[in-house]
Amino acid sequence: MNGSPTVGQSLPRADSRAKVTGEARYAVDHVLADMLHGAVVRSTRAHAIIESIDKAAALAIPGVVGVVAGADLGSLFPRFGHLIADHPVLAIDKVNYMGEPVALVLGETLHAAHDGADAVIVDYSDLPVLGDIATALEDDAVLIHPETYPAGDAAFEEAITEPRNDNVAHEASIEWGDIAAAFEEADVVVTTSVKYPKLYAYAMEPYNALSIVNDEGIDVVTTAQHPFMVRDDLARMFSLPLAKVRVRSPVLGGGYGSKSYTKIEPLASVGSWYSGRPVKVALSAEEAIYTTRADSAHITVRSGFDSAGKLLAREFEILMDTGAYTDNGTLVLAKCVNRCFGPYETPNLKVHGRAVFTNTVASSSYRGFGAPQGNLAGELNMDQAAERLGIDPLELRKLNILPPGGTIVPGKRGLDADLGADLDIVTSTLDWGSESQHMTGSGFGVSASDAGAYPVSTAQVRVLVDGSVLVMTGATEMGQGSKTVLAQIAAHELGVDLAKVQIVQSDTGSTPYERTTGASRTTVLVGLAVQRACQDALGKLESMAAETFGVSPTEIKTAEGTVVAPGTGEWPYAEVVRSWFGARSGEVTGVGLVRATGELEMLPPFWEVGTVGVTVSVDCDTGRVSVDHLVTVGDVGFAINPTLVEGQDLGASTQGLGAALYEELIYDGGQLENPNLVEYRVPHATDMPARIDTIVVERGDGVGPYGAKGAGEGTLNPMGGAVAAAVGRAIGRWPTELPLTAERVWLLMNEEGRGLNGED
Amino acid sequence: MTAESAIEITTFVNGTEQSGYVPARATVAEYLRDDLGLTGTKTSCEMEVCGVCSVLVDGRPVSACAALAADLDGTTVTTVEGLAEEGRLSHLQQAFIEKSAAQCGFCTPGFLIMATALLAANPDPTRHEIAEYLDGNICRCTGYRPIIEAVELAATRMRESA
Repeated sequence: MNGSPTVGQSLPRADSRAKVTGEARYAVDHVLADMLHGAVVRSTRAHAIIESIDKAAALAIPGVVGVVAGADLGSLFPRFGHLIADHPVLAIDKVNYMGEPVALVLGETLHAAHDGADAVIVDYSDLPVLGDIATALEDDAVLIHPETYPAGDAAFEEAITEPRNDNVAHEASIEWGDIAAAFEEADVVVTTSVKYPKLYAYAMEPYNALSIVNDEGIDVVTTAQHPFMVRDDLARMFSLPLAKVRVRSPVLGGGYGSKSYTKIEPLASVGSWYSGRPVKVALSAEEAIYTTRADSAHITVRSGFDSAGKLLAREFEILMDTGAYTDNGTLVLAKCVNRCFGPYETPNLKVHGRAVFTNTVASSSYRGFGAPQGNLAGELNMDQAAERLGIDPLELRKLNILPPGGTIVPGKRGLDADLGADLDIVTSTLDWGSESQHMTGSGFGVSASDAGAYPVSTAQVRVLVDGSVLVMTGATEMGQGSKTVLAQIAAHELGVDLAKVQIVQSDTGSTPYERTTGASRTTVLVGLAVQRACQDALGKLESMAAETFGVSPTEIKTAEGTVVAPGTGEWPYAEVVRSWFGARSGEVTGVGLVRATGELEMLPPFWEVGTVGVTVSVDCDTGRVSVDHLVTVGDVGFAINPTLVEGQDLGASTQGLGAALYEELIYDGGQLENPNLVEYRVPHATDMPARIDTIVVERGDGVGPYGAKGAGEGTLNPMGGAVAAAVGRAIGRWPTELPLTAERVWLLMNEEGRGLNGED
Repeated sequence: MTAESAIEITTFVNGTEQSGYVPARATVAEYLRDDLGLTGTKTSCEMEVCGVCSVLVDGRPVSACAALAADLDGTTVTTVEGLAEEGRLSHLQQAFIEKSAAQCGFCTPGFLIMATALLAANPDPTRHEIAEYLDGNICRCTGYRPIIEAVELAATRMRESA
């Protein structure tokens, strides 16, 4: 408001100096002199009854001070889960996946704790292992969850599920029009079936937590993206008022959704409750892989078109493997159901999805959140349809794409983006339509996700006695740059130098409530809360100046860090604060509250769109795919810090390339075959596309500050489909399963009898 | 079981002599982080494939997650805390800030250490040589481009100021 050029500028990250010197303190760097170390005993069986746990040998090891198992939790509520509290802290009577925590060994040193964990003897009786969806859905399959559990937060309306007598964790559908009649009318019907892999997000700082449980309550320092959600789970577990549970999330070493919701905090907390000492539990990367993953999906889509290429109807059937516990899997399914069909005008639609419990690691949030799975099906289907119709795939998309304001889902916010224009930018940058070389091909795609999550956000802005500013927010810094962007917003709103603004984040004991740090919401929702808190603080400064200096409130305004009464005086904020309190002390707190009213009444708060394209080359001898060109469009409304937007877009699309080309958790029954970073391969520096164009588009069409929309997931979501289409065009056969490893591409190239259109 | 055996070592870490006993099975990362409080060195994969824990031992990159502290006896160690001189950032550190090469920053110390070793051996690497040299370091946030650009920028400045 004061013309200060702090927004719209690629200013350096607020935390970058600390991160290049090694001074940045992550959760894992927090220790206490008297703390114990916890080491986790993990199940060696995928599905079994626990017959006995023999702790004696472990307790005999010098330095081991205790072994906690599920049966030792006494009066505690022994489970957690924000949607359904089905996840035991430590297995109770039964294990549901290989790698599940069975006991926690507490040691004076980490070495002692690990020696103890190796010495605990667990005796199991095996149950039938339901290692995949098909086995779990057999008529006579045993139930992974024969009992029911308390439901969690009612605000997750889409994820509420009824107890059932099978292994289906959740069922979701969406439907409008009359698809049967529409398919009757269709000139061309195209069916596509795809498989999307199980993924591990690999945030490089593995889950860790340091917990103190004592008469004061609980104090946890942890790697949680959503400290307030963790607080709620711990309060229920220990029967404590929310005010007695303090959860702090310092700088996080990556998140990408995988640190959403409660993960390791209960383990450290029951260790402290049991021992009366602070307990640190720090997992290895392998253990982190056994903590959460992303859902795999099998999706079949059938689309009907008229002969000109207009979409008449689409039908999707989705099956997701959600693993052993609910975690956030039911919400991921619900999101896949309304993200799969894309931002196209679809007069008749039916989507039905099921998330299925299996004896594998529980799946949860991961960047994109159901969209990458659904988008692969929807967009590859558009490419196959274009081929069948004899229409260029860009033209087919533009013929059907919704215009700005168009309705993606009835009753939801209209599309706040111009995707036809974004598609033109991607394809022209990609040089789409030019003749391609032998064994090269291009692909592109578009997606739209109902992002932002539920709009509940609060912020406080404290103008201190020297005129510097503290911004208090429960939003977590995990690399995305919120510490920088929120400071830019506050500096701009208050008209103060950015160097005077300090952001304090994610401490349930001192920062105000923030529902989550996820769904790309922080810039929009927390940004709005900070803006409102700044306005509130300025209003208070004006009133205080009017009272103190005897000026009419109507004559007063604020500008450039001062309160001004034209013709009378001009007082820096610091002087207003000092004069009002009548001492060299005091401060002014502005409060900003965001809820689903006004501009945010219509959900989602914004559509997070993504438009990307790639050109790939395939080695005809090995099937190895290399990426020659990557184009991303970040359609963010307004880029408060353009470099950070580009950083998010390239990071997200690189993770999308990982899923498209390399990454997959491979199960053999209930046994995970590759729980490590050698066999689970993520993109490396030499995998970088030879040419990269990250384009930021600003049309001011978001509800966030200055017209901003969120970023961070959009350019991941359409990557799988774009890469699959590019490889398909390079080799003349459509892939249907990711990742497109060299082996898989070679087999597809050398398979007999399948043409590009999927027919014999 | 008996208490762990300990081994006496003397090593120079970031220019300071350190003497003491370390458990025989303590890793370099445990020694640096837990005994010396140098928490800038992180660990992640713990099997020498992610590069996060890289430190320089006698000028050569070593994975601190898997090397034994006992073997540091008589060596010189440089960690991320040792890259700035008297509070003045190295060219690489400065370039990482300017190119926004750190997002979550957890991998950053390892990249800085490896890039320091690269530029000591090859002051004018090509983009391809940089990517090849840093291929054993994983970054999950950035997509690598800003890191490679930062190394190029630092190399240019180091050659100009040499």
